[in-house]
Amino acid sequence: MTAPALTTRGLTIGYRRRRKGDLVLARSLCLELARGRLIGLLGPNGVGKSTLLRTLGGLHPALAGRVRLAGHDLARLSPRALARQLSLVLTFAPQPALMTGYGLVALGRQPQSDWLGRLGDVDHAAIAWAISAVGADELAASPLAALSDGQRQKLMIARALAQEAPVMLLDEPTAYLDLPRRVETMQLLKRLAHSAGRAILVSTHDLDLALRSCDQLWLMSATGVVTGAPEDLVLAGALGETFDAAGFRFDQDSGAFIQASSPGRLVCVRGGGAQAIWMRRALERSGYALSDEPGAINVARRNDGETGWKLTIAGRASAHSTIQSVLAALEDGGA
Amino acid sequence: MAGADRARQAISPSSREFAGARLYVLPALLILLGALLLLSLALGSAAIPLDQILRALLGGEADSPAWTNIVLKFRLPKSLTAMLAGAALGAGGLLMQTYFRNPLAEPFVLGLSSGASLGVALIVLTSGGVGGALLAGLGLAGDLLLTAAAGAGAALAMGIVLLVALRVRSGVTLLILGLMFGYLVSAMVSLLLYFALPERIQAYINWTFGSFGGVTVEQLPILASVTLGGLLLSAALIKPLNALLLGDEYARSLGVDLPRTRCGIVLAVALLVSAVTAYCGPIAFIGIAVPHLCRGLLASADHRLLLPGTCLTGACVAICASLIAELPGNNLVLPLNVVTAILGAPVVMVVVLRRARGIA
Repeated sequence: MTAPALTTRGLTIGYRRRRKGDLVLARSLCLELARGRLIGLLGPNGVGKSTLLRTLGGLHPALAGRVRLAGHDLARLSPRALARQLSLVLTFAPQPALMTGYGLVALGRQPQSDWLGRLGDVDHAAIAWAISAVGADELAASPLAALSDGQRQKLMIARALAQEAPVMLLDEPTAYLDLPRRVETMQLLKRLAHSAGRAILVSTHDLDLALRSCDQLWLMSATGVVTGAPEDLVLAGALGETFDAAGFRFDQDSGAFIQASSPGRLVCVRGGGAQAIWMRRALERSGYALSDEPGAINVARRNDGETGWKLTIAGRASAHSTIQSVLAALEDGGA
Repeated sequence: MAGADRARQAISPSSREFAGARLYVLPALLILLGALLLLSLALGSAAIPLDQILRALLGGEADSPAWTNIVLKFRLPKSLTAMLAGAALGAGGLLMQTYFRNPLAEPFVLGLSSGASLGVALIVLTSGGVGGALLAGLGLAGDLLLTAAAGAGAALAMGIVLLVALRVRSGVTLLILGLMFGYLVSAMVSLLLYFALPERIQAYINWTFGSFGGVTVEQLPILASVTLGGLLLSAALIKPLNALLLGDEYARSLGVDLPRTRCGIVLAVALLVSAVTAYCGPIAFIGIAVPHLCRGLLASADHRLLLPGTCLTGACVAICASLIAELPGNNLVLPLNVVTAILGAPVVMVVVLRRARGIA
């Protein structure tokens, strides 16, 4: 195992405030960003994910402790040396007027180019590769003003790729992207980490995607950062602890957050298949508790040959053709 | 895969470096500038034929010695001054618009010209009381003093604007603060005017009208060296300026040394504005209109094209303004600021309206 690309020792992050005392978001962090790994940074809003990324990226001073990047103290690296080691993608994608997609990605070669920013064949090859890698070939010639937020963000990722730095930090790069693009982007980052040996840290709110694609997770909460393989963290209940908020709980079986059912009325749904699964979801969503044993309220598929549902409340049965109708009847009759 | 092939064709080696830019605009501007220069040498209270001008310029004697004199001693310094001033103000405006990421940023709007004016006012208005002989007696030293005062005023104003910009992210706030700074300086100048001698006041008022004609052959080297110094420094800032198009944080992540770049921009803008303002007066609208005009012509955001482009466009616009101010065939000369306002204000209005509609 090679040395990690980036390590922190006793890193305390937050903001210096003159009057009220420093605002500390996380204390004494000892983290390691291994080469060849895609690492997901997860945590509730406002916990300091962006501040951690910006501190690791040298945009924000640490309150205490140090970050070591490729054997150097981050604070002592010159901006240019830092840019050769580490590239960044932030949440927002700027929109400079009169710039093309190619021109934007080409800015990623600044750490390598001469004082005027002239590009050689090596640079053009790196730019073309980066554009193809994110699947933005058809955007290269377009002016940025004509592109959507998601398309611009894709080009910003390509720009970071063109920088060819061994460490990449991305702050919610998929926030503006549609679902297929999000999956694609995470797959791309994973591929880059594995095949190009880069250390990639990506913050995201997309829990499901992070669980499926990241090699390792950093779970950030008010108490600190917990690291590990996604599956270990799920089984140890760390995800639940990090995110648990009133009304939600992390379901280890499905790997997703579900609305915590308040002690609502018990409903028994009989039968299986997609119909029954979605009926159960609808009931959960509407605040009913599900029971396996038949009770006061029972729902079943109609057995008289018609399609639809049979609802029995305290022995009185009614027929319904849609789930919505069942819910409405429960609301009226069951009250 | 067809899409990828098409994209690869679109990024052919010749065009990919400056994709989408109209490169031919630069040589076209150069030719236009040459033509305007000859025109500005030919036109005036006495029209001089082109062949005579060329002969005078190339070191020969024109048919009439008066013509040689007019061309070399009066019209050439004036045209060169106009070119230098236009290039300096255009480049200064470009630097500020890029750094502040604000299309309305420029030396005049953000109070730099006001700062320089204060420096000039202090020298011109108080020298009567402090040591009236100073400026008249020590020609070169007086000129240098005036330039230094204007430079210090401009640098001070730029420094204040920059400090504010580091804390305030809103472009509108910055513009309003610049405007208020301008008012404050005007108040101080008014105070100086109130206590100054009448002939000093007249000299100061004439200066504020703006003119390219007041620079003598002896003063020209000072103006030229300070301005060219500012332009050279700007050229050294081309790469960080391109990165700054993405904002401070992305620029930093691309390896830009932000504190050094900021200092460089302050120094460059102060150099570009100070000498021009000291000798030609606080000239409005060139700094704001020229970068927009140039971006429109070149269709590029790359400062490798925009910096020479704004210099050429600025020089052309300044010579045009100077030609219009002279009203050829007439002895009357309009204040330069009247002409730059008439030429520049519509450009600014278009920019503001386009921005309001979300185009620019």
